[in-house]
Amino acid sequence: MNQRHAEIGLLLAAAALPLVLQSFGEDYYIGFATRLLIFALAATGLNFIVGYGGMVAFGHAAFFGIGAYAVALLMAAGLFSAWLAWPLAVGAAALAALLIGAVSLRTRGVYFIMITLAFAQMIYYSVISLKFAGGDDGLPLARRSTLAPLDLANDATLYWVTLALLAACLFALQRLAASRYGSALAGLRQNETRMEAIGYPVRHIKLVCFVVGAAVAGLAGALLANQNGMASPSQLYWTQSGMLLVMVILGGVGRRYGGVLGAIALLGLEEVLGRVTEHSHFYVGLALLAVVLFAPHGLAGLWARQK
Amino acid sequence: MTQLILEQMLNGLQFGLMLFLLAAGLTLVFGIMDMVNLSHGSLYMGGAYFGAAAAEASGSFLLGMAAAMLGMAAVGVILEILLLRRLYQRDHLAQVLATFALILIANDAVRMIWGPQPLLLNPPAALAGPVELFGFIYPAYRLLIIGVGLAVAIFLYLLVSHTRAGMWVRAGAANRAMAEALGVNVRQLFTVIFALGAALAAAAGVLLGPLLAVQVGMGENILILAFVVIVIGGIGSIRGALVGSLLVGIVDTLGRALLPTLLRATTSPEVAAHLGPALASIMIYLLMAGMLFWRPQGLFPARS
Repeated sequence: MNQRHAEIGLLLAAAALPLVLQSFGEDYYIGFATRLLIFALAATGLNFIVGYGGMVAFGHAAFFGIGAYAVALLMAAGLFSAWLAWPLAVGAAALAALLIGAVSLRTRGVYFIMITLAFAQMIYYSVISLKFAGGDDGLPLARRSTLAPLDLANDATLYWVTLALLAACLFALQRLAASRYGSALAGLRQNETRMEAIGYPVRHIKLVCFVVGAAVAGLAGALLANQNGMASPSQLYWTQSGMLLVMVILGGVGRRYGGVLGAIALLGLEEVLGRVTEHSHFYVGLALLAVVLFAPHGLAGLWARQK
Repeated sequence: MTQLILEQMLNGLQFGLMLFLLAAGLTLVFGIMDMVNLSHGSLYMGGAYFGAAAAEASGSFLLGMAAAMLGMAAVGVILEILLLRRLYQRDHLAQVLATFALILIANDAVRMIWGPQPLLLNPPAALAGPVELFGFIYPAYRLLIIGVGLAVAIFLYLLVSHTRAGMWVRAGAANRAMAEALGVNVRQLFTVIFALGAALAAAAGVLLGPLLAVQVGMGENILILAFVVIVIGGIGSIRGALVGSLLVGIVDTLGRALLPTLLRATTSPEVAAHLGPALASIMIYLLMAGMLFWRPQGLFPARS
């Protein structure tokens, strides 16, 4: 019960953040905080696949990017309503994951890493060669999606909507992990052969996990397109997949808040270092190396050990 | 038309051989130590920068090349002993995190030393012009690259298949634990392999420098191509890396040159304009995914 209280307290504090920032006149940081939450959401989706499903997927940028491009393309076609466009973006990411997962899950280990990378690169190169998707320049949004009765043009509103969606996704994934399905997934992670022998539809269970994680990334992509005002090819590139994976590992693979912690730590560190040096990535890289060598279970693991 | 195809074949061969220089080191790291090394592209970038700076300072392309290869081999030894050794026993996730961190560090380190602007690397003056070849004009420098690439490929082949050290390498790739039990010092052997792989990656960086830009991020693109190569060839196999490199180099180059023309002949120009470049650039990834699906061990499986 104690943890539930802490979670609600944190959620309230996060919800109050825009008001605090506004009162200090630091409105720029509302946009930054929204970005943190969006990446936290995308990383949470990947954490479900890697941490709960035990699949090291190296192509998460594909689903992240598909969500963004879906919103941008629908808007170019005249569909502005988030009530329609966002679910469609999630659906597009889920459908792509269904197709990619159905093929990729026939492989395992390093081969799974490589095949998800291959598919993500295919999507990247397909999108940048499509003229109507903006090619190398990306596809700008005319304005933000409309989410009547809310006004997403207001930065604080977009922040709150993002926070609400992140909290809802965390809650839903947590319930899913605690369900019968989640137990099967956990069993599978420990011993796939045994689960198969008992009669569980192993590939089916993994595919569902893969699709759910990708759908969450699709939602994050739809939000990022709104926050950035565009869908950008860099969101689909393999280094983005690498960044998301780094966030998950940094935060703690398979920990409930691993994705959130990792995204906040990485982007936060980048922002803070960016204030004092042009070469923030140099120091971010050193910090990541320190985590690999001295905190093998990520930041969440560090926390748990100290307790 | 035949001349175009012939020229593109030569370009493909040239690109393939450069990919081989990268893939040779990567496949051994991957195959023997089961290590996902994302920082191999950074060794390539580092080599290009070392080479460009040394060539600028000495006025000699050849000295630039030597400096790049020696410098990156030294960097490789230090990296292997200080960091990578601690990662072999860890899972792929830890390896991804650490080697991705190395990419971030390398990119910013290069920016700190040489600034954000791309460097200029000129080919040796003697090779700047074109030569006539079987009745058509071909850049002399590209011919040099093909020559060097072939020489390195033959050298590596002899090294791996006809020397004692090469036998150790093959034994390590086939079954590391057994090789160790039979007295091969895989640890030391591996430091040497990593240094050699770094030197070859640096050589590729210097050789491609005059053709592509010497700039931050140049390693990220080609790293993925090197992964495509070693997956197709079979992880851990030098022979597979060579065949895979040539296949990827030629398929990619020919596809980009010919697919748009082919599509225009068979479909409407509008479809061809959209589909041609897209199809050409994803072809090698289709090849990779297909290989992983039907024959994940690759063309030449190294593991027993």
